[in-house]
Amino acid sequence: MILARVVGNVVATQKHPAYRGFRMMIVQPIDPAGAHAGAEFLAADAVGSGEGERVLVVAEGKSAGDAVRVPGAPLDAAIVAIVDTVDLEGAGGPA
Amino acid sequence: MNLGRVVGRVVATPKDEGFTGSKLLLVQPLDASLRPRGAVLVAADAAGAGAGEIIFYVRGREAAHAFLPAVVPTDAGVTGVIDGIHVIPPPGSAE
Repeated sequence: MILARVVGNVVATQKHPAYRGFRMMIVQPIDPAGAHAGAEFLAADAVGSGEGERVLVVAEGKSAGDAVRVPGAPLDAAIVAIVDTVDLEGAGGPA
Repeated sequence: MNLGRVVGRVVATPKDEGFTGSKLLLVQPLDASLRPRGAVLVAADAAGAGAGEIIFYVRGREAAHAFLPAVVPTDAGVTGVIDGIHVIPPPGSAE
């Protein structure tokens, strides 16, 4: 998964039926410090994210469809979590 | 599989229910000389890895297989904590 920030969304009435029920967000990849890290792309939102929020994006092809429980869907990116904190040092402690 | 180092973790409260109980780690990919290579990614932990540890991780749809029968909607999973590494030096290197 990659870190990204939601910078917008698109609306499409005419679309593949597998996309029904998902908002299609425009996400900007970021590094752990929040700096831009690559070009924006579209991701299906499975968790109700909003503009400006930091999110985790599954962006490895078939995994995206699996992640939103629509195996075989023509999706290559899905938002699966909204980030509370990014801790660059302390990976220890309880899960 | 690829080599990496755990450089932190991500906490996300609103997330896909499949992530419940799993730890999300920031992973810096490494080359065989353990030098950073490429952008930091986020991987679900299937090996009990902690901060600073050298690990290996799986990318793609197969990453979710590490958690079966649980369905974890990830495209990257930490599947091993590395105790030792031995690399034959390339011909002509100083080592």
